[in-house]
Amino acid sequence: MTKKFTKDHEWVLVEGDVATVGVSDFAQSQLGDVVFVELPEAGRELAQGKEAAVVESVKAASDVYAPVSGTVIEANQALVDDPSMVNSAAETDGWFFKIRLKNASELDALMDEAAYKAFLEESH
Amino acid sequence: MTEAATALKTTPLHALHVELGARMVPFAGYDMPVQYPLGILKEHQHTREKAGLFDVSHMGQVRLSGDDPAAALETLVPGDIKGLAQGRMRYTLFLNEQGGILDDLMVTNAGDHLFLVVNAACKEQDVAHLREKLAGKAEVELLDDLALMALQGPMAAEVMARFVPEAATMKFMSYLSATFKGVPVILTRSGYTGEDGYEISCDKADAEMIARSLLGEAEVEAIGLGARDSLRLEAGLCLYGHDIDTTTTPVEGALEWTLPKRRRAEGGFPGYDIIHRQLTEGATRRRVGIQPEGRQPAREHTEIQDANGTLIGEITSGGFGPTAGAPVAMGYVDIANSAVSTPLTLVVRGKPLPARVAATPFVPQRYYRG
Repeated sequence: MTKKFTKDHEWVLVEGDVATVGVSDFAQSQLGDVVFVELPEAGRELAQGKEAAVVESVKAASDVYAPVSGTVIEANQALVDDPSMVNSAAETDGWFFKIRLKNASELDALMDEAAYKAFLEESH
Repeated sequence: MTEAATALKTTPLHALHVELGARMVPFAGYDMPVQYPLGILKEHQHTREKAGLFDVSHMGQVRLSGDDPAAALETLVPGDIKGLAQGRMRYTLFLNEQGGILDDLMVTNAGDHLFLVVNAACKEQDVAHLREKLAGKAEVELLDDLALMALQGPMAAEVMARFVPEAATMKFMSYLSATFKGVPVILTRSGYTGEDGYEISCDKADAEMIARSLLGEAEVEAIGLGARDSLRLEAGLCLYGHDIDTTTTPVEGALEWTLPKRRRAEGGFPGYDIIHRQLTEGATRRRVGIQPEGRQPAREHTEIQDANGTLIGEITSGGFGPTAGAPVAMGYVDIANSAVSTPLTLVVRGKPLPARVAATPFVPQRYYRG
């Protein structure tokens, strides 16, 4: 069970065939104060790299992309009620949604924590 | 650095912004602080509760002099400039021949000259416009050796009085030539947040000393452009280039209060025929406040539909109002749908978002009334 990251700054944590998805701590620091999130409904099919959710800060709206393909099984209602959790707990309680994995091999192309850190250092 | 970054201009407070940990962004050709480590939300709230210091040195400060600069300026703006008493200031608009708004500005009667503050993005064209139209009638000088800061918030007066005691009793929309720790400053009791406060014009060389002095007071935090935008939006104040521009008239822009009786009757400013007709017969569209339901913000360029799903306009400024605790917006709708409380539908990412026409400001203005 390891956390993986995308170049678009989403994280995904896999347990069995269920993946929990959120945005990275780096992403929340760049977004600034989050005031609204729009999460996908249970049952929606998501394709890797396509829009899955929206996060709005005071300043702007940003898309969140699905790091892997699958079917949404749950959205984080606590985050809808208190969007500031994206800022205070981006990589823990501030998760966005859980999906049932369609193709576990999609995970192989994602970065582990060390690789993501290196990616941040070289790109920022 | 990229070419775009190297071409950006900086204000005299640039090094201080960087030292304070600001996130810098390009704005109107300048490298400006959008936020400090406090973040937009807390910077906004701090300004509403205590006092915030803003660097607005990118804005244009212009000196207009001559035999009768007020009469000269009245040929370009619809405001009552001749009637502006010495030491008083007023908001007005540069208009084009169609009654469209070329820029909005503050005009102060500084005694032997008029002192103008114009938008950063428009300052070069404003100066060219003034020089062309007022040739032979007035001298136009862009004061680019000056810095400009704003100290805004309910504690601004108390803080300013520690440095400039006579600032405490200045009237709203008035001007004072004073001394701040031994250096000359021009204070105006004005701002762009809906709060009491001052704008401080000073020599570039003195800007950092003044900024550090004010930031050294316990009530004051540095505030970036992000919070400046959410503060002015909650206060119902227009952002030039967004809420008003060359395609909108003062009547369409709900700025009739900038058109005093004498000027309405006499005219003598660009676009008078169109504006006079709109005042008499009404305009076809109008800028209104818009309150989306729920928590989702509706941003600039969001489509506005009426109850039947017909496109009736567009949001021109929209975001989340930290003090309002809700999304707030303004935009243009057809006149039939411009009354307060009229239900609207906003189309946000293809989905309908219910909203209503709302009275502005979204939070009460707290200007000093003496």
